[in-house]
Amino acid sequence: MAADWQPSASIEALRERSRLLARVRSFFAERGVLEVETPVLGHGGSTDVHLQSLSCEATTDTGRERLWLQTSPEFHMKRLLAAGSGPIFQLARTFRDGEVGRRHNVEFTMLEWYRPGMALEALMGEVDSLIRSVLSADPGPCRYHRYRDLFREHLGIDPFTLPLVELRDLAAREGGLDMSQAERDDCLDLLMSHMIEPRLGQQGVDIVRDYPASQAALARRYHDDEDGTPVAARFEVYLAGLELANGYDELTDAQEQAVRFSEDNHRRRQLGKPEVSVDHRLLRALEAGLPSGSGVALGFDRLVQLALGKTCVADVMAFATPRC
Amino acid sequence: MASYSTNEFKGGLKVMLDGDPCTIVENEFVKPGKGQAFNRVKLRNLMTGRVWERTFKSGESLEAADVLELEMEYLYTDGEMWYFMLNDGSFEQYPAEKRALGDTEKWLKEQVIYTVTLWNDAVINVTPPNFIELEVTETDPGVKGDTAQGGSKPATLSSGAVARVPLFINEGEKLKIDTRTGEYVGRA
Repeated sequence: MAADWQPSASIEALRERSRLLARVRSFFAERGVLEVETPVLGHGGSTDVHLQSLSCEATTDTGRERLWLQTSPEFHMKRLLAAGSGPIFQLARTFRDGEVGRRHNVEFTMLEWYRPGMALEALMGEVDSLIRSVLSADPGPCRYHRYRDLFREHLGIDPFTLPLVELRDLAAREGGLDMSQAERDDCLDLLMSHMIEPRLGQQGVDIVRDYPASQAALARRYHDDEDGTPVAARFEVYLAGLELANGYDELTDAQEQAVRFSEDNHRRRQLGKPEVSVDHRLLRALEAGLPSGSGVALGFDRLVQLALGKTCVADVMAFATPRC
Repeated sequence: MASYSTNEFKGGLKVMLDGDPCTIVENEFVKPGKGQAFNRVKLRNLMTGRVWERTFKSGESLEAADVLELEMEYLYTDGEMWYFMLNDGSFEQYPAEKRALGDTEKWLKEQVIYTVTLWNDAVINVTPPNFIELEVTETDPGVKGDTAQGGSKPATLSSGAVARVPLFINEGEKLKIDTRTGEYVGRA
């Protein structure tokens, strides 16, 4: 085993990473998208029930206060959009507590960009173009799938209508754990991550869209063409079984956003998880007016991992958390 | 008893699952884009040797198993039990049942040091050293002048194991054997 002072990645991999960073910057420069830098710390954090935020205490001009390490640069970037920045991108350092594994590191680099006035479909196409400009080898064709259709195709069930009892049974069987108290989304998450994800992106870039409305996060909701079921205007991009990016037709309604924040914190209390301070400045920015449009966050380390044919994100990070 | 949460799971950790002590072989953190995180865990049941694959919700925990792996010298058998002695100068002895020995029974030799797994102070597994020196007790006569050829023949060893050995090996010779594969390595 290599001595623990040494980098997690080879110097050669870091050279490649630097070249890919330059390629991302030129991709956006050609499209007139402004590079921005926003703070790693914020007075508010992500309330998302499934993200665990890190926080710290700092003495600032208002005294001793708690600041949250951002799980994504989303809130700050949306405030720039509301202030009239136009299209922006960022290569941001982000932090998610407890996310440790081959595909995860507590601290990682998020490539996030926002396109005011751009439809979600057009942004999906742009994500595909970005991936192709970073990878030197052709990843194969880009295909679109509705969330609902993937469950029908791979598991023979309709994830929106299957009774919860049957969904729990199926999830318990596939995962080998007790799901008798599980919520609908927990069952769907298990089936998605165990049964469907590993099969995605094997022949090309797979983009999944129209998530259940309950999994909207910060996306708008709209009604499914098929039977009027509400769905989330959200997409995820998969390549080689890896989830690479998550995009939204951005929620711009301040009231709706405030409701989702407080629902998240309510759910956190129920689950015994710590509450996270709501970003009131984001809410005020939405009240002032966020231009409608779409945005996406892409795990840059995973993209580099795929570009270099490595098996884990640590192979493309100078010092992954165990070595930091 | 202490317990370990999924984010502390790593290879070699000993935990209780379904009443049996297990060792964690592999732990993979999986998380769909925005949802509940899970840990897909491979565990080896230390009682049966079987590997289980289980999924846990991230943050769940398992009770720690009171399992120790200790170096012990093999002493003797009375036909019912096999006796091992701690190698730390304490002369403490532990009896092992046939079930705990498993395949290791055919690699037992007095005064050799084995890795003995204890669960709640009882022997549940015995692992032989990777290489062991044993005497040939029975094999067909050697073939002269055939040292360079690749042919082999079975030979019964002093511990009871049977290994494939080169044709030139004779009864009474001491051999070095790889216990993981049962293969002949060379003359001792």
